[in-house]
Amino acid sequence: MNDETRALSGRPVDGLTLDAVRAGDVGLADLRIHPETLERQAVIAEQYGNPQLAANLRRAAELTSLPDEEVLAVYEALRPGRSSAAELSALAGSLAARGLPLNAALVAEAAEVYARRGLSR
Amino acid sequence: MDAQRVNLDGFAVPDPALGLVAMDAPADPVPSLVIADGRVIEMDGVTEADFDSIDAFITRHGLDLDVAAETMALTDTDFARLFVDPFTPRAEVIRLAAGATPAKLARVLALLRPAELTIAMTKLRARRTPSNQAHVTNRLDDPLLLAADAATAAAFGFREVETTVPVLADAPSNAVACLIGATVAAPGVLIQCSVEEAAELELGMRGLTSYAETVSLYGTEQVFTDGDDTPWSKAFLTSAYASRGMKMRVSSGAGAEVLMAGAEAKSMLYLESRCVALARAIGAQGVQNGGIDGASVAASVPSGLRELMAENVMVMARNLESCSGNDALMSESDMRRTSRTLPIVLAGSDFVFSGFGSIQRYDNMFGPSNFNAEDIDDFLAMQRDWGVDGGLRTVPPGRLLDLRREAAQVCADVYRYLGLADFSHVEEAADAAGSKDLGETDTLAVLGAAQAIRHRGLTVLDIVAALDECGYPEYAMRTLAFVQARLAGDYLQTSAIFDEQLSVLSLVTDPNDYAGPGTGYVPSPARQAEIDAIRQVRGVEDLRRSQSLLAVPGLLRPAGAASAGTSPRDVVIGVSPALGVDVWQCLSGLSVADVLREMLAGLEEEGCAGRVVRFTGTVDLGQIGLAAARLSGSGIAIGLQGKGTALIHRRDLAPLANLELYSVAPSVTLELYRLLGANAGRHAKGATPDPARNPYSDEAIEARYHTTVIALMELERARVVPGAAPVELSLEGLL
Repeated sequence: MNDETRALSGRPVDGLTLDAVRAGDVGLADLRIHPETLERQAVIAEQYGNPQLAANLRRAAELTSLPDEEVLAVYEALRPGRSSAAELSALAGSLAARGLPLNAALVAEAAEVYARRGLSR
Repeated sequence: MDAQRVNLDGFAVPDPALGLVAMDAPADPVPSLVIADGRVIEMDGVTEADFDSIDAFITRHGLDLDVAAETMALTDTDFARLFVDPFTPRAEVIRLAAGATPAKLARVLALLRPAELTIAMTKLRARRTPSNQAHVTNRLDDPLLLAADAATAAAFGFREVETTVPVLADAPSNAVACLIGATVAAPGVLIQCSVEEAAELELGMRGLTSYAETVSLYGTEQVFTDGDDTPWSKAFLTSAYASRGMKMRVSSGAGAEVLMAGAEAKSMLYLESRCVALARAIGAQGVQNGGIDGASVAASVPSGLRELMAENVMVMARNLESCSGNDALMSESDMRRTSRTLPIVLAGSDFVFSGFGSIQRYDNMFGPSNFNAEDIDDFLAMQRDWGVDGGLRTVPPGRLLDLRREAAQVCADVYRYLGLADFSHVEEAADAAGSKDLGETDTLAVLGAAQAIRHRGLTVLDIVAALDECGYPEYAMRTLAFVQARLAGDYLQTSAIFDEQLSVLSLVTDPNDYAGPGTGYVPSPARQAEIDAIRQVRGVEDLRRSQSLLAVPGLLRPAGAASAGTSPRDVVIGVSPALGVDVWQCLSGLSVADVLREMLAGLEEEGCAGRVVRFTGTVDLGQIGLAAARLSGSGIAIGLQGKGTALIHRRDLAPLANLELYSVAPSVTLELYRLLGANAGRHAKGATPDPARNPYSDEAIEARYHTTVIALMELERARVVPGAAPVELSLEGLL
């Protein structure tokens, strides 16, 4: 474990003690992985011959900033027949505007392929 | 022959049109890859304009275009040879496979014969140390039984526990119960609750589960879409899991497309090759395949089991974690299901089973696994027989019951503390083999607990706090340490598990370095000892102890040097060195005292006088019998060893000859020993004996008794005094 590992909340992982739990001082954000951790793991995945795993971890790093419901909503939008090409393009645009360029690119690509393969609404 | 269980299995006429062909279907495409301006414009005979969504995702994300030309230029045979060549390192196969199209890799894997697949798996799996996964479920979703069974699984060494539900709404409770149970038995066991994607992700987000694997991929666009997903939605879901710090692998495997009538006339291995290429493309760290729900479909066609194993090796060649199937029960025949699993046990995989049913078959809510609770002893013996590590270990029965009771108690206390439910069947759950032993349970209480966990938004922190408050600070700390370890993200890497010290073992930290004999994974001496020391092993000292408990002091007191008899009715019973000294019970379970009494009674029936003489110079029954015959006034004697082997000898025969021999000691009865005595008497009188028939049976007599025979003979040998004179034994103790 890296000494400087922090949870999404910013709390250092070694501050996650039983005393802190007893004091009611630990919340859900202290259980969540930090985007820098995911980036660090992405670098390792690349070094170990799996750039696709690295790309996944980088998309994941972006998604740490989205609330759970929004993550599930994007997933739902990407399922077959759920969204029109225009809706997917708009979703891509909004993700890009919110600082999630990798996920935006994934959704934009889906918009293009879905239109050609009859997978859009 | 028709009654053999193998005849309950379905065997299909191969039919490529239905996809009922393991490998190399006529309609499988010829491998091809055309790249223009850094973009794939043709793959496996399909041009870009006609790429379906699977082709499109693979070509855009899944292939290493820098190496593709080199890979595709290799002949199938040359590439296949690299899989087994010990001088080609794993990394080189991985590098080349990254440039292989699905059709290319399918053709290459189809060339590997079973022994070659075994070598390829040994060499190509990502993690050096093999491991194993268990299914822990029950029909009632009973939390205390789940906790006890998760503890059992963790104690046996499973490093992942996968649960699921018969009642969807129970899922949060199952996750919590398994988490608690596994934590009681061992630190660092990964927990999964396989349910619908959104619900599963929610459990993971709250830290109640730590991996997912039922994210299904299919090899044709139609079936993929029928499964209500696309490669893009699955890619996004993969990232969603990682964003919440959860390890994730996808599921695919032969037969799924066939069962949905959507195989498009392609072979199982080709369709699976598309799935595995896609798994790599979307960035999953691993794949559960090797048939899974369709395992019996693959098993119904020629070379089907070979295809299942080739799927696993394909995953490894794509540098992904392999969770190697063996979960669905693929045959009613014990021999066939063992045959399916054995090569993977021998080779070793990241997870030898993607669900060993560590519970009763009827309680497995995924359906019975290929190996189940009743097979654990067999599996442990298989590990030991072949000297391989299948990830499991022996647990002493007393320790198992203690752990199960503790797990059920801790679970009951936590549920009570959190106001989830008030369960009091701790003892019943600890003792139960399965849910049928629990009788009537309150399933509504389970549902209520699950809903409370969900609606109150309980997280792993609430579980930590409850464990602490209920007086289990060590389990609270264990759970918290696991949460911390997850936050480091190291277990998101390929093939990651935690060991019991919470160190991550993965492609990164524990890379497979197999390069032929003398390299690669070897169990540590401690681990080897664990594999070897199954609970059934017995040694000489174990036998000495169990025999000594049956000792009858004074049974055969020495009564001076034995002398030659003169009466023609004198028949000596020569006994071996340790009989009635260290050996008190024969292999048949009869006491040596009863055996001697019967022989003496048989002699008496024929009007002969038996006496008992101990020969300490040898353990050899022929020698003992002959020496006894030479002391007998009649020239006829009986020889008897402690294990119960007996014969009739005559003073003028060669040592290895005899008149009658009871060679199958475990099956000899009191009646037969009496008959042996009577026949010895008839030989002494010159009358016609009534030869006894040795009792034979269809049991594996040698497997059952040979280890005991060896130990019994050692007890005899330890009492040998070379050249010692025979000693007359008093018969008083036998009266």
